[in-house]
Amino acid sequence: MTDLISVDMALLILAAAVATFLTRIGGYVLITRMTTIPPRMEQALNAVPAAVLTTLVAPAFFNGGWDVKIAMLAALVVGIRYPGLLPLGAGWAAAMLCRHLLGF
Amino acid sequence: MNRSEFNQGLKGGLIIALSSAPFAVLFGAVASDNGLSVMEAGLMSATVYAGASQLVGIELFGHHVAPWLIVLSVFAVNFRHILYSAALTRYIAHFTPVQKFLTFFLLTDPQFAEAVQRGESGRGVSFPWYIGFGAAIYFPWLFFSVVGAFFGRMMGDPRALAIDVLLPVYFLGLVIGFRRKPGFYPVVVGSALGSVLGYHFVGSPWHVSIGAAVGVAVAAFLPLPTESVPANAVTEMES
Repeated sequence: MTDLISVDMALLILAAAVATFLTRIGGYVLITRMTTIPPRMEQALNAVPAAVLTTLVAPAFFNGGWDVKIAMLAALVVGIRYPGLLPLGAGWAAAMLCRHLLGF
Repeated sequence: MNRSEFNQGLKGGLIIALSSAPFAVLFGAVASDNGLSVMEAGLMSATVYAGASQLVGIELFGHHVAPWLIVLSVFAVNFRHILYSAALTRYIAHFTPVQKFLTFFLLTDPQFAEAVQRGESGRGVSFPWYIGFGAAIYFPWLFFSVVGAFFGRMMGDPRALAIDVLLPVYFLGLVIGFRRKPGFYPVVVGSALGSVLGYHFVGSPWHVSIGAAVGVAVAAFLPLPTESVPANAVTEMES
């Protein structure tokens, strides 16, 4: 490990950065070219946040062990009543409990 | 600049920065473990600035995958941002071109979730709020990535510290926050099925785009509200 930057690595990182920026501005470029938004597209766009975030949650739940499943269920129960960091703390505490005291 | 909006953004962003700090440290640690220098890890956090895709990229660097495939995988993991920027556009129409450039550069999952929540609640998305929120996440992300790269080999097992459950649990909390939106349950079921099946039959990272596409398609085919109201009014009625 050196503390310098190799040219190849820097180019690869910058290419990844450009690819990422294209995704970040792409939706804006597409949508501003349309004069009106059809109601079905409006409805579809409104569903985007829940749809995307679910894909980061569901496979983690189904592929995870019992420790992960219990942690996520704990966060779900707490998250229905309290927003913010509390569900995160509940999930983390449940995972620590499973791993260090229950031995999952 | 509106000071109170900016400070409000900073405050909200710092909460996210704190909860994402473990991931930044994790990214730095994994990066140095896979042969990146501290400066390379820092450069990646500063320019890509997208946690999950940075970790995917690092994982592939370690496996000597072809460069174009690494860039394509980063693009796939980040594909959701196309949908984010499309949905965000209606709230930032009043921004200048430079402000829009910065807005899209800083567009992350929590930034999007918070900005849309503000837009839908009628508080409006101001540039001072947005840049305050973004800066409060960006600079700590960069800082903790570099710290992680420095101390990577000294950190204990991330599993023993339950660092690995934080990411899905955090995203689960965000999903729960959307449960009162119309069509929430069919969308979540479609997206969950799509991503789980996509994960098994196509593989990561495509399950993210596949699951999202299924969820969004479900929403597009759900019956429209019976009264014919203009598109913008529908959005306002939801919150």
